[in-house]
Amino acid sequence: MSFSEIFLMRNELLLVTAVLVILIADLSFDADKRKQFYYFSIFLVFIVTVSGLFPAKSGLLFGGMYQTGPLQAMMKNILNFSTLIILLQSWGWFSHVNQQKRIGEFMILLLSTLIGMGYMISSGHFLMFYLGLELATIPLAALAAYDYYNSKSAEAGIKLILLAAFSSGIILFGISLIYAITGTMYFEGAGQLIDGSTLSVLGLVLIFTGLSFKISLVPFHLWAADVYEGSPIALTSYLSVVSKGSAVFILLIVLNTVFASLNDIWDPLIYIIIIITITVGNLFAIRQRNIKRFLAFSSIAQAGFIMLGVINNSAFGVATVVYFMLVYMFSNLAAFGVVSAISAETGKESIDDYKGFYGTNPKLSLVMMLAMFSLAGIPPIAGFFGKFFLFTAAAEKGYYILVLIAVLNTIISLYYYLLIIKTMFIEKSDTPIPFFKSNLPMKISLVICVLGMVITGFTSGVFDYMVEMSDQLFSDMY
Amino acid sequence: MGNYQYTIWILILPFAAFLFTGILSGKLKPSFTAAISIGAIGIATVLSYFAAIQYFFLNASESYTAIEAASFTWYRLSDTLVIDMGILIDSISVMMLVVITTVSLMVHIYSTGYMKGDDGYARYFTFLSLFSFAMLGLVLATNLIQIYVFWELVGLSSYLLIGHYYQKPSAVAAAKKAFIVTRFADLGFLIGILMLSYYTGTFSFSEITDPNGPLITQTIGGVFLGLSTLTWAMILVFMGGAGKSAMFPFHIWLPDAMEGPTPISALIHAATMVVAGVFLVARMFTVYSLAAPEALEVIAFIGAFTSLFAALIAITQTDIKKILAYSTISQIGYMMMALGVSGYSGEAGLGFTASMFHLFTHAFFKALLFLGAGSIIHAVHSNEMKDMGNLRKHLPATHITFLIATLAISGIPPFSGFFSKDEILAAAYASNKLYFAVEYLVAGLTAFYMFRLYFKVFWGKERTYENIQESPASMTIPLWILAFGTLFAGFLPFSHLVTTDGIPFDTHFHWNIALPSVGIALAGIFIAAALYKKESARSQKIAASLGAFYSVTKEKFYVDEIYIFITKKIIFNLISMPVVWFDRHIVDGFMNLTGNTTVALSFRIRKFQSGNIHQYALVFLTGILIATLFYLFYYPN
Repeated sequence: MSFSEIFLMRNELLLVTAVLVILIADLSFDADKRKQFYYFSIFLVFIVTVSGLFPAKSGLLFGGMYQTGPLQAMMKNILNFSTLIILLQSWGWFSHVNQQKRIGEFMILLLSTLIGMGYMISSGHFLMFYLGLELATIPLAALAAYDYYNSKSAEAGIKLILLAAFSSGIILFGISLIYAITGTMYFEGAGQLIDGSTLSVLGLVLIFTGLSFKISLVPFHLWAADVYEGSPIALTSYLSVVSKGSAVFILLIVLNTVFASLNDIWDPLIYIIIIITITVGNLFAIRQRNIKRFLAFSSIAQAGFIMLGVINNSAFGVATVVYFMLVYMFSNLAAFGVVSAISAETGKESIDDYKGFYGTNPKLSLVMMLAMFSLAGIPPIAGFFGKFFLFTAAAEKGYYILVLIAVLNTIISLYYYLLIIKTMFIEKSDTPIPFFKSNLPMKISLVICVLGMVITGFTSGVFDYMVEMSDQLFSDMY
Repeated sequence: MGNYQYTIWILILPFAAFLFTGILSGKLKPSFTAAISIGAIGIATVLSYFAAIQYFFLNASESYTAIEAASFTWYRLSDTLVIDMGILIDSISVMMLVVITTVSLMVHIYSTGYMKGDDGYARYFTFLSLFSFAMLGLVLATNLIQIYVFWELVGLSSYLLIGHYYQKPSAVAAAKKAFIVTRFADLGFLIGILMLSYYTGTFSFSEITDPNGPLITQTIGGVFLGLSTLTWAMILVFMGGAGKSAMFPFHIWLPDAMEGPTPISALIHAATMVVAGVFLVARMFTVYSLAAPEALEVIAFIGAFTSLFAALIAITQTDIKKILAYSTISQIGYMMMALGVSGYSGEAGLGFTASMFHLFTHAFFKALLFLGAGSIIHAVHSNEMKDMGNLRKHLPATHITFLIATLAISGIPPFSGFFSKDEILAAAYASNKLYFAVEYLVAGLTAFYMFRLYFKVFWGKERTYENIQESPASMTIPLWILAFGTLFAGFLPFSHLVTTDGIPFDTHFHWNIALPSVGIALAGIFIAAALYKKESARSQKIAASLGAFYSVTKEKFYVDEIYIFITKKIIFNLISMPVVWFDRHIVDGFMNLTGNTTVALSFRIRKFQSGNIHQYALVFLTGILIATLFYLFYYPN
């Protein structure tokens, strides 16, 4: 490994550096300089994010255990960018006095999971994949329990760690079966040797279900609502966008490399899971009264939609998923941003508290409306194109009934997204949430999200670029 | 041919007006906002007329061909499948440009009077610009995706405008209902688009509807439930059109949408958006006619059925806007039926021409009726006919223009509706006598319920009105302009302008059809006059003697109740509620039970020994087991 080759890991190296710098800086910023420390950390994350925008090379490291290319770089960019937005949205929550001391702790744990995700996405070997997965999961449990004086938060942490351990065990078992059949842990080697025997199918099922846990596909989703509700809101948005996204990305890579030849076998499994996930997610979302639980179930349903692109095992399918994740990031983080602003300001998290919100805070309501429309997939907002391309991907494989069910479910989702809009804009309240001014980082993050929702839909360049990257991934592989 | 690049301004101007007034909302004076919107649509109107004259009358060749005035690639999905954005100029899009800009301009001007003093005056004009842009983009679309995007945008702006009086719960409910019902229909449209693109590898109208293209000349796809896949795709596309055009059973949103401001009803729910479905079928007519005739039969049946069904309901309504809404549904049913019975090319395509002709004339007289109704409501402050009577004394201008429109919709010569309805009836007569009989009956019903409305409102008993006066000039001038259109639109030689294949043909006047249809219209008018001109006990007696039938039609055949039953009772109570109950009582309940038992032992232990997580892991494991068993039995190796 030459010196220049190591820069293929630029994203992870920069993140490790950022973590170390934050660790030291945490000690040197005094208690009255926490805001400066916060901005300093944000600045570091910003540098990491920007550095990802430089052209990425393809290459292998550690004898093929680590592989990267433009598509992986793009996936990591989406994750970095989401993390940046989430941190921007967190100042309101950090600024509470008892929180300020621990900003560093939160940042370090969060960025560690991001490093884990980077290694996971770039893995070309099951061992690297597993190490990345664990690094991306264990700190999350600590973060879920971050509000340790709040029993719900502690409960969320326990639930997350236990069930994550459970799913890790299942993935490990699956990996061991694959190793037993093929005698290799390399994705490429395993992909060539895998034969479709019962044992290999079992390996596929176990690895798939283990990752389904992280993506929160039904019936592996039960942890999501409780953990989302109990965790600090910054972590909730992180789980629903970044953590979910990383699992989707690695699932795409594993399915299209290791299990590429078993495509006919994993199709029906995903087919059924899509139907269950979208339907159950939607039906639960309708009746939720807590906004975080509501967004949890809506994001479970969205995960089902994402799988519509996964089922199409071509470069186009991959591109639709990555594009959707980008759009989903903007839309979901816009919604979480508003929820987080309200929660930090008033501590209110029930949908009923949002009554009359438009009267007092019109700008935030409009952002929320746009986010809801985007999540529901109304053209010409980007959310529509994200969903539409996913439908096209599934239709390309000839799964019309599946698309029909999915489109039917968008109607149900439209219903409950409109319920939120109705609550904010129409329903009256004697005690609406009073007007408040958002802090600067929050404003920046919401402006980014709104621009993202509008621009990624109107400009085709983003999608074209993703198709190009995915084509490259597939030509690299075969 | 010719250069039509300037038509892009027809789209840009209303959109620019929307952006400008939307971004600067609150900083501009409301009257200035209105002026910008009117200016933008005014220039667009001039350009549209210019395009129409250039296309129809300055055209040297014998036939009309479709021209792509502008086109650029927006998204590239694969090497062959691309999404374009562009402008398609052909006879129906040019005709629609004239309809939309004319009615929109009239509604803009009218609204300056009607909406005066309204809190949301500026917002109203902003959304009106958005709607005009979306509707114009819809008719100019060059491909299925573009039309779908604008299709949804039209639905969104309609949602915003119906919900204009958002303080009124009924308005909000109506807006939501319209949005969700049409979205539901659009899901068929979207799947139809995906299927068509799968078989043809293109979204472009010019390629799909090419009579010599692969879609029409070759049999593509398999057979499903006795019909070809293409036919199913075209039926699904029609489903989208049926939603927007309020065809049975998707018609339920339109009467409720009358909660919006009346000028909006005139523009969106009479002249433009609701005919988008007819336009869509006309746009794809080549495919329907040459490759999916079964789908066309479905369209004909639904059109004929809806026109009768809605006319029957219209008879019993007492809210003047609701009568006009059902009348609109009924008239659109006419247009759909005419498309459904039409053949392709030459005189066989009379139904197509007649449908477009009726769309054109209907836009004028129905917009006029709605704006007239707005003028009445403006004066009387009520929608109910029981609060009106003898208004011809108080509202002379409204009275005359309303009468012109009523005569037109009843099919009395020489008003425009007579000519277009005559062609529709002739087309029906030539192809299917049953549909002809139904539409003939509907013609009589139409004349009856429209004159029932007319006599009850403008004649009948004098009521006590509070300082009633004729509407201001800003409202009556658009009425006169539209009345002018209603009087003369019927003389346009439509069969020389709009035909299935662009080649003009000659129509002759159908005396054998015109005379009986005028006869039944006159009969309807006389019955209405006898019953309602002077309020009498006779109408009550007839209602009583018809008894059950009257009350069934009055309750709109209980369709709303059936919808509520299915959505609320079945989906909500039978599917969603049990799932939620399961979540709360079984999943949570199990947790609570174990939690309560263990809490007695120790609070501390409970945190680590929650039954909850066991439950979650158990479900997790069950999922894996089911998946494994599935593979063991379905994919044995």
